[in-house]
Amino acid sequence: MTTAKITAADIKTHGLSNDEYKKILEVLGREPNLVELGIFSVMWSEHCSYKSSKKWLKTLPTTAPWVICGPGENAGVIDIGEGLAAIFKMESHNHPSFIEPYQGAATGVGGILRDVFTMGARPIANMNALRFGSPDHPKTRHLVSGVVAGIAGYGNCVGVPTVGGEVNFHASYNGNILVNAMTVGLAKQDKIFYSAAAGAGNPVVYVGSKTGRDGIHGATMASAEFDANSEEKRPTVQVGDPFTEKLLIEACMELMATDAIQSIQDMGAAGLTSSSFEMASKGGMGVELEMEKVPQREEGMTPYEMMLSESQERMLIILKPGKEDIARAIFEKWELDFAVIGHLTTTGRMILKFHGEVVCDLPIDPLAQASPEYDRPWTPTRRQSILEAKDVKDVAWPEALKTLIGCPDLASRKWVYEQYDHMVMADTCQRPGGDAAVVRIHGSNRGLAISTDVTPRYVLADPLEGGKQAVAETWRNITAVGGRPLAITDNLNFGNPQKPEIMGQIVEAIKGIGEACKGLDYPVISGNVSLYNETDGNPIMPTPAIGGVGLIDNLDTMMTVPFKAEKEIILLAGQAGGGWLGQSLYLREICGQEKGAPPPVDLLHERRVGDFVRSMIHGKKLTACHDLSDGGLMVALAEMALSGDVGCELKNVAGHARLFGEDQGRYVLTVKTSDLAGVKAAATAANVALEEIGATGGTAIALNGASVALADLRKLHEGWFPGYMARPA
Amino acid sequence: MRAGVVVFPGSNCDRDVAVALSQSTGKKTAMIWHRDTDLPDLDLIVVPGGFSYGDYLRCGAMGAHSPVMQEIKRRAEKGTRVLGICNGFQIITEAGLVPGVLMRNAGLKYVCKDVFLRVEDSQSAFTARYNAGQIVRIPIGHGEGNYFADDETLDRLEGEGLVAFRYATPTGEITLDANPNGSQRNIAGVFNKSRTVLGMMPHPERLSDPKLGGTDGRAMFDALVETLA
Repeated sequence: MTTAKITAADIKTHGLSNDEYKKILEVLGREPNLVELGIFSVMWSEHCSYKSSKKWLKTLPTTAPWVICGPGENAGVIDIGEGLAAIFKMESHNHPSFIEPYQGAATGVGGILRDVFTMGARPIANMNALRFGSPDHPKTRHLVSGVVAGIAGYGNCVGVPTVGGEVNFHASYNGNILVNAMTVGLAKQDKIFYSAAAGAGNPVVYVGSKTGRDGIHGATMASAEFDANSEEKRPTVQVGDPFTEKLLIEACMELMATDAIQSIQDMGAAGLTSSSFEMASKGGMGVELEMEKVPQREEGMTPYEMMLSESQERMLIILKPGKEDIARAIFEKWELDFAVIGHLTTTGRMILKFHGEVVCDLPIDPLAQASPEYDRPWTPTRRQSILEAKDVKDVAWPEALKTLIGCPDLASRKWVYEQYDHMVMADTCQRPGGDAAVVRIHGSNRGLAISTDVTPRYVLADPLEGGKQAVAETWRNITAVGGRPLAITDNLNFGNPQKPEIMGQIVEAIKGIGEACKGLDYPVISGNVSLYNETDGNPIMPTPAIGGVGLIDNLDTMMTVPFKAEKEIILLAGQAGGGWLGQSLYLREICGQEKGAPPPVDLLHERRVGDFVRSMIHGKKLTACHDLSDGGLMVALAEMALSGDVGCELKNVAGHARLFGEDQGRYVLTVKTSDLAGVKAAATAANVALEEIGATGGTAIALNGASVALADLRKLHEGWFPGYMARPA
Repeated sequence: MRAGVVVFPGSNCDRDVAVALSQSTGKKTAMIWHRDTDLPDLDLIVVPGGFSYGDYLRCGAMGAHSPVMQEIKRRAEKGTRVLGICNGFQIITEAGLVPGVLMRNAGLKYVCKDVFLRVEDSQSAFTARYNAGQIVRIPIGHGEGNYFADDETLDRLEGEGLVAFRYATPTGEITLDANPNGSQRNIAGVFNKSRTVLGMMPHPERLSDPKLGGTDGRAMFDALVETLA
């Protein structure tokens, strides 16, 4: 084996600490060569090893009777009845998207799609959670434009609908945007594929695109902070080819319908290295690869480059004995590369040969499973005091509503989602813009409700309550369309974990997420951690994005946001009175302040109110439903009125705290007059506060003698995004 | 009616339109692989939406030269009905089955939304269930749907009643605002001379089911079944 001496500079450029290098020497009992060092560096990167967060992730609830497979596989799997499973996960592509927004976002979508279809699921919906810097920052418009185009360019071409998501702006993301992409897939429960390799002698097969020099060390880059020279990292960003991905989906689906696959995994971060190591490690096997057989896009590639390349649209498959011909025929039909590049062994070692010469000989388990795990020091976030409503400026509601409905965080996202094909596959029953997206389970009258949420300003002020709130809000959104929330995926985006205050945000947010999952019977089944989202020492707001999935058993009862008709009664369900303005959008957008404790989430109350609302939806007692979140009651009412093009006349509510407070666990409902008594009685029986706050009708929102025309609100609501994007930079 | 849907590598609305067809025909829809040249007997061939061969070249340019398209051209000449939707419209214009070309949207962005169409002609197997002048709501989803032909061709198409649909307001006016992609004269769909081939950017299969929010598209498939039964 050729051994060029490893230098201190090599260790540093591979992102390894001196202690980690010492551990490598212990594991090997000798010095590694460059190929081996490269493999260690990606396998032990934060991105692949979760070394800072593992200790805390283990505390999350991950089981329920309907959970088929929790975290640890490519994606999580839940039982959705009738022999079917929903398979989903959310994953970040933050660092690459900042450097090269179009390709960064596009390959983020491609990667998460592969995580899902590698398990045997046909992807049926894409979602995303996007965070950009202040609209005034010179880079923001370019990043928004590139990321949205990248998501569209990839998702539209592969033919999976992008059905919803969120887009937010805040100066803390000026140097580190967040691009979190989620895919939901549908599989038969008896056709789920896992990644543990088995069967000595079984062929290791490479399929998909050829390997190029793109994305080498992407996982290492995604595990470091940015500085002024981040632009130089552009060559580490991969380039996506959605057409090949589409072919890969179809070819894999076709192969999965046969009985040829023993195990399968996509080549994601750290490419061939992580896929081969993880598959072998999970199955307790060894692997021997002949590197010259790897399909290559460029001439003269070295084993080092092939092992660390993050070229996209590639999969690694262990075939059952004698199935090579069946598999090869399928991939040839779809005009994709297919190559047997090695076989499984019983040695527990990864042996790479290049034209007969051994270029790498590593023990698999110490790399894949014994990666470092840190218990990093952390300090709890100092809590802020509760902000009294009387200490917040009371602005006349029409002015406040007009400001809020057209502010960057609440303005219509039509400019964004009209660029996404959200209808392909012809099963989108609830399009973007509602509380949760709903996609039909093909060929049935059942549907999946999907929502992504987090309110980073709450998490910053109180990571525990903020973590709870993110989970609860997805639960609430799924409930609001009539879904039974089943499970979540989490995408934890934070700054540098080596700073105790950032580590404190991580620890407490995970605790909050865990509490909400327990309280709502809503476990975590997959997830991703993205750390080091900092530039020149300035971290992002802590952003644990949650993607929730629920089931609608009967699509005939699916509920939507718009007011449906005039003269219907408007009800506010959940927590009467209230008026929590701390960390509210009212406070930020109207008063220019970001302070106070965020609204707490009472999980018992959350569940009681949500279960009541869902039962009313299932009983067909409601005509519209919308949960209350950013901007509180008035914003929710305005959204219902604008989407239905029906106004409303309000009563029994007044004051800025009541109208714009962001107290949790609440919904606005509309009912026909004839159903009012029944709904009220049911609320009383369920111990849920229910207030009558007005009736639908007219072309304005009216309250206490003042009114705002829907036409004016619409102009503000729909005008901001296109106006902003069209403004010259 | 015996209906078939072409499947190119990169087609992604093939299943959607097959489902919509089966709903109207009550029969299984035949799926035709792009390399097939030996097609079964068919009354209708649909060239579906998607990104055939990735569309990394000009949209539809490669699809138009695929083996299956040569056979489809022969069938079209014999009168077999051909419906090109979205990428299918791009392919059949490239193949010369209907006049014109589809350019990049005037707004330079992909657009996915419901649009309103004014039915310009109901004298075809495709549009027989609509009335001329009727307004229907059908979604679009494309980045290159900007219909272009020279004035002479456009005048001829209009003169011979070969414009099938135009983008319109909900009340039927043909305005600039109602035009989502910059198409000449708001044209959303055109026939060939004998009205046996229709190319259109909007996706009737996406609103053929009340659960998806509307059924204006279904009338097209029902009309085909009725005429070609």
